[in-house]
Amino acid sequence: MKYLLTSLVVLTLTGAAEAAGPAMEAAAKQATNWHAIIMFILFVGLTLGITYWASKRTKTTSDFYTAGGGITGFQNGLAIAGDYMSAATLLGLSAMAYGRGYDAYVYMLAFFAGWPVILFLMAERLRNLGRFTFADITSYRLNQGSVRTMAAISSLVVVIFYLIAQMVGAGQLIKLLFGLNYNVAIFLVGILMVIYVAFGGMVATTWVQIIKACLLLFGGTVVVVLAYSQFGFSLTTLFKEVEAVHKLGPKLMAPGNLLSDPITAISLGLGLMFGTAGLPHILMRFFTVSNAKEARKSVLYANGFVGYFFNVIFIMGLCAVVIVGQNPEFFEGGDINGKLIGGGNMVAMHLAKSVGGNLLLGFLAAVAFATILAVVAGLALAGAAAVSHDIYARVIRKGQATEKEEVTVSRIATLSLGLIAIVLGIAFQTMNIAFMVGLAFGVAAAANFPVLILSMYWKGLTTRGALWGGYGGVVSAVAFVVFSHSVWVVVLGYEKALFPYTQPALFAMPIAFGLAYIFSVTDNSAQAKAEKEAFEDQYVRAQTGFGASGATKKH
Amino acid sequence: MSSIMYERMRVNPKFQRLVRERGRFQWTLSAIVLVLFYGYFMVIAFAPDLLGKKISEGSMWPIGYTVELFLFILFWLTTLYYVYRANTEFDAMTQDLIKDAQDLEDTL
Repeated sequence: MKYLLTSLVVLTLTGAAEAAGPAMEAAAKQATNWHAIIMFILFVGLTLGITYWASKRTKTTSDFYTAGGGITGFQNGLAIAGDYMSAATLLGLSAMAYGRGYDAYVYMLAFFAGWPVILFLMAERLRNLGRFTFADITSYRLNQGSVRTMAAISSLVVVIFYLIAQMVGAGQLIKLLFGLNYNVAIFLVGILMVIYVAFGGMVATTWVQIIKACLLLFGGTVVVVLAYSQFGFSLTTLFKEVEAVHKLGPKLMAPGNLLSDPITAISLGLGLMFGTAGLPHILMRFFTVSNAKEARKSVLYANGFVGYFFNVIFIMGLCAVVIVGQNPEFFEGGDINGKLIGGGNMVAMHLAKSVGGNLLLGFLAAVAFATILAVVAGLALAGAAAVSHDIYARVIRKGQATEKEEVTVSRIATLSLGLIAIVLGIAFQTMNIAFMVGLAFGVAAAANFPVLILSMYWKGLTTRGALWGGYGGVVSAVAFVVFSHSVWVVVLGYEKALFPYTQPALFAMPIAFGLAYIFSVTDNSAQAKAEKEAFEDQYVRAQTGFGASGATKKH
Repeated sequence: MSSIMYERMRVNPKFQRLVRERGRFQWTLSAIVLVLFYGYFMVIAFAPDLLGKKISEGSMWPIGYTVELFLFILFWLTTLYYVYRANTEFDAMTQDLIKDAQDLEDTL
């Protein structure tokens, strides 16, 4: 049970709880929700308008991948926060706060604490060294062909697994919230994603993300203000009433059994913190601003919005304990000790209905759908960039491709990713895909992050070391996830898991770092010597930003 | 050409000072966040009962929630402080350094 809960929680945080929640899977299709559909159509109309506007400004590769570097720190901060505050954050974490209280708050901090560290140690070096993808940085002084290929492959692994998880989650959620057919929902999400990215590139993707972040912050705030007002805006009153009615009583606000095992806790902390720092679509956001100063500001704003939103969601979940949990109207058969209508993840939706009626419920449902669209668009763009910029333009064409050719290839790549997402989204509909987000984060933390951080900080890293570290990280992260309970037992049906923990990071990260170290220090080739010497110039550029690409456009 | 510029900056004592001071600042703040974060996780793992207690007799505020709310705020304040110092003091040092290298270029 603990395994299940822990993996469920990780998924909740990372964007696919909709897919993983057993309660959700069991949920029946809901009655068509017209308020939500009308508001959602308004959102789609607005974002398609923006995409049309953006498409006229998307000519060069720089426009396509990074919006010409002309996004401001504030805009980018909202967009990063948008990537973080998924539908699953809203629904899954409020549900967890409702059911398990304090444990949900601990996970929120784990998800939040990575950002300061990314800011202090990575943000300005990323911006100073990179142009379009993080592979620009890892291959800066190493072999362009092999290191870029490795970085592009691990990026694609992360993107595709994350995308499938989001698609399946989206289908389930939309079925539930809107009463739409699963396949219709998958096609709708896939097609809109392709349109946003292929025509509007990073400009459209960023604006979709910004609008959605604002809607989500607004919607969440309205719900919590209305709900919290019933407790006179007093935490003391809220705690008192929650303790009185919740079945866990005072234990609700104490650590539960989710983190009782220190190894799982630390591994989870590492995975969330450094997985975030290795997600290609998050890293790409650092190249959309004009310089390191704006990159730093982005993280400051993003961090502020995310921290605010987590606290809002937590209070929302606690308010729901009293407002939703004591109202028979929201329970199957009117039994408040039974199941919530629509499943456990509907807590935020029921709360919205209770405090703001069908209008607020519809608004929040539309925001949840918009959120999914924005997240998949960011993923598709990062995947397309790995294919067109890294593999096609740099490895296959060795930098000889024209801007036009490269943009065309990235559009074809976007379309292909859209098709893959739709096909796999439908294929995996009934499968337990709980492991996929864990896999995406595991690969990001164990393959992308170690090579990236070493290439920026360690002079001694050579091509050979980077390849061993990178591929070693991918293979070990995948192996640990496959051998863990969530795949070995749940998906493959074996009796007992070969790997006893749910989180691969604590084990896969040292393997990647170790391999990168050993195969670098033992590398005495002439190429390795030249690569170590090239670190000096890279180091000055990383520190000063001199020679880094600037903004070509303002938006 | 840019390689010569990088060389000039590297030998400038101002570069050494920038790297040393900013590096110390970055690692200090990182250490604060990491130690508090993993320390907090250790308390959760090894002394969970403590966090469920109320902060004082008669209060409804649990220690765990109160501490963590404080951590949320503190972590955000560290980013605010970092961005403030990096965007003023350290960026000015960087600009100064680049200007030195460019001035040298012009006089040659």
